[in-house]
Amino acid sequence: MLTIKNLKAKIATEEGEKEILKGIDLKVNAGEIHAIMGPNGSGKSTLASVLTGREGYEVTEGEVIFEKKNLLDESPEDRARLGIFLAFQYPVEIPGVSNTNFLKTAINEIRKSKGEEPMSSVDFLKLIKEKAKLVGLDPQMISRYVNVGFSGGEKKRNEIFQLAMLNPKLSILDETDSGLDIDALRTVADGVNKLRTKDNAFIVITHYQRLLDYIVPDFVHVMYDGKIVKSGDKDLALHLEEHGYDWITNDKNAVTV
Amino acid sequence: MNNEETEKTDLKAKLLNNFRDFEKNLNGDAAGIIHEKRKDAIKYFETLGFPVKKLEEWKYTNLTPALKHTFKNPLEEYTSALSENDIKDFLIKKENVNLLVFVNGQFERKLSKICSKNDNVFIGSFSDGMKTHRDIIESHFSKYVNYTNSGLTALNTAFAGEGCFVYAGKGEQISEPVHILCISDAREEVYFSQLRNLIVAEDNSSVNIAEDYYTIGDKHSFTNTVTEIFCEKNSGVEHYKIQNEGPNAYYTGTTQVHQEKDSRYSDTTISWGGAIIRNDLNSVFEGTNTECHFYGLYLLSGKQHVDNHTFADHKSPNCYSNELYKGILDDNSTGVFNGKIMVRPDAQKTNAYQSNNNILISDDSTIYSKPQLEIFADDVKCSHGATSGQLNEDEMFYLQSRGIGRENARTLLLYAYASDVIDSIKFGELKEMIEIKLEKKLKKGD
Repeated sequence: MLTIKNLKAKIATEEGEKEILKGIDLKVNAGEIHAIMGPNGSGKSTLASVLTGREGYEVTEGEVIFEKKNLLDESPEDRARLGIFLAFQYPVEIPGVSNTNFLKTAINEIRKSKGEEPMSSVDFLKLIKEKAKLVGLDPQMISRYVNVGFSGGEKKRNEIFQLAMLNPKLSILDETDSGLDIDALRTVADGVNKLRTKDNAFIVITHYQRLLDYIVPDFVHVMYDGKIVKSGDKDLALHLEEHGYDWITNDKNAVTV
Repeated sequence: MNNEETEKTDLKAKLLNNFRDFEKNLNGDAAGIIHEKRKDAIKYFETLGFPVKKLEEWKYTNLTPALKHTFKNPLEEYTSALSENDIKDFLIKKENVNLLVFVNGQFERKLSKICSKNDNVFIGSFSDGMKTHRDIIESHFSKYVNYTNSGLTALNTAFAGEGCFVYAGKGEQISEPVHILCISDAREEVYFSQLRNLIVAEDNSSVNIAEDYYTIGDKHSFTNTVTEIFCEKNSGVEHYKIQNEGPNAYYTGTTQVHQEKDSRYSDTTISWGGAIIRNDLNSVFEGTNTECHFYGLYLLSGKQHVDNHTFADHKSPNCYSNELYKGILDDNSTGVFNGKIMVRPDAQKTNAYQSNNNILISDDSTIYSKPQLEIFADDVKCSHGATSGQLNEDEMFYLQSRGIGRENARTLLLYAYASDVIDSIKFGELKEMIEIKLEKKLKKGD
């Protein structure tokens, strides 16, 4: 589904240009869940931003192929229409735009890009009801402005609700667990597990092993200083939890050659 | 420069001449208090003339382009031939509305429709009001607005004779809104129209009024209005001004509100049509515990120029004023916001808030925003803020990341940005009309 080859990217900072991604290689197949872990500043969120096309990042080398398409040539909206979804680490509040209007516009633009007719209001409401229940979102929040006055946990839950509504092929969850209490974490994880099929895939970016107790990954990758320095199965996450990231930093010469 | 001056003088001389003709045709009306004021006002117009950029209050608005046309006097040379079909798109889709239609400053009786009528209520034209409610008109006319320091107000006062007159007697809650449709018929000739409105809301009464401006035709037009609003004790006036005029229309207008104890006044001004617009909105708090809200939205493109001057005059203690003006400026358009709040020495426990936000879509649009607070009392709460910026890129990206294209994302965000001004419109059918227009205009933006 997704192939990232030697991806390098930099951003412009006040002190000049800074390379954040220093050669990422990753392959994600349909039906898989990949966890990306790593300390602060290792480039995890930058990877999510580059994959979804946020402005301000310059790709200097490498390529990203998503279902035979060169993703880096596409606009953020076209990437979304191809089936890529980002659950934001810091969801944006948009006063004046209701969740319903926002989602209806999104769904219909995605449908339009595929040459489909707009969704009928009846079907749309049915879908909202069904997906709100699935992720445990209070239906009252849906008529409110996007994320305005939502608690941290509600915002994250709203991200997963949007994910459920848009039904993407590849979902990137950027620290969805941060700011969530244990109950909210469980509901969000339950939602993701219910949405998981053999045809879609997830990249779960997280600091902690905690979320991975509930969303069990097929692969765990550790990022450090702009590279994936170690890959393994779910046991790698447990090992990290026990030994901390120091274990990787001390050991990185051994794995990066 | 020299040329401009002569042209200005020409228009002024022409208007002074027009006044002589106007006076001759008044017949029986050329006596009484109102005519005394007209005669006094024309002298002030003769002295003051049209405002020039040298005046501090006109620093950013240049009327010269509006004054160079050879305007005709509609009172002399215009007879409307508009039909119901010509105005059907301008009507508010609501059954019980008092509709008053004015074309080039003249009342169109056959297109108007009045549904609120009783001994204690009058809704109609100023000239009709003079026949039945002369005492009331005379006791309020030109009492609140000051023509001694404004050439445009002086000019309007001199030619005062037609416009809208609304009278809500003691305790009358008029549930049917008043829709004042002011049309510039610019199909054949270039007209300069004056419109003089008077709203009198007595004790415990309430009324909702929407002034709605449109242009038919492509020629230039100039409309100069004065609206005086008297809010007696515990009365409530909701006022809307929607400026939908054409790209060759010039507009200047003053709304002067006099608020007594416990009264409530609210104004929402939406400006999105016209070449040059200047709105002056002033409210004076003559009694305690009064409340006033000023809302404004200006959505500008091309070379449009809109200047909103507001003045909340806190003369009495325990009053509340709140003001929110928002602008969206594209192309080479210019916006001016000057919000003055005066808290006089006696006006303790004043609450006065003001905010002006602007989104500049293009590199060539300009906003001059000037909050002006003058506070002479010590126990008050006042705040003001002005912002100008671009669309928030984080919000744009969030919408795009859900598959919404840049164009639609922009429309959604601008619509949302404008929504707190639109939400101030309590007149549901009017609000709906505005919402549809706003969406259309935002989509057309690119």
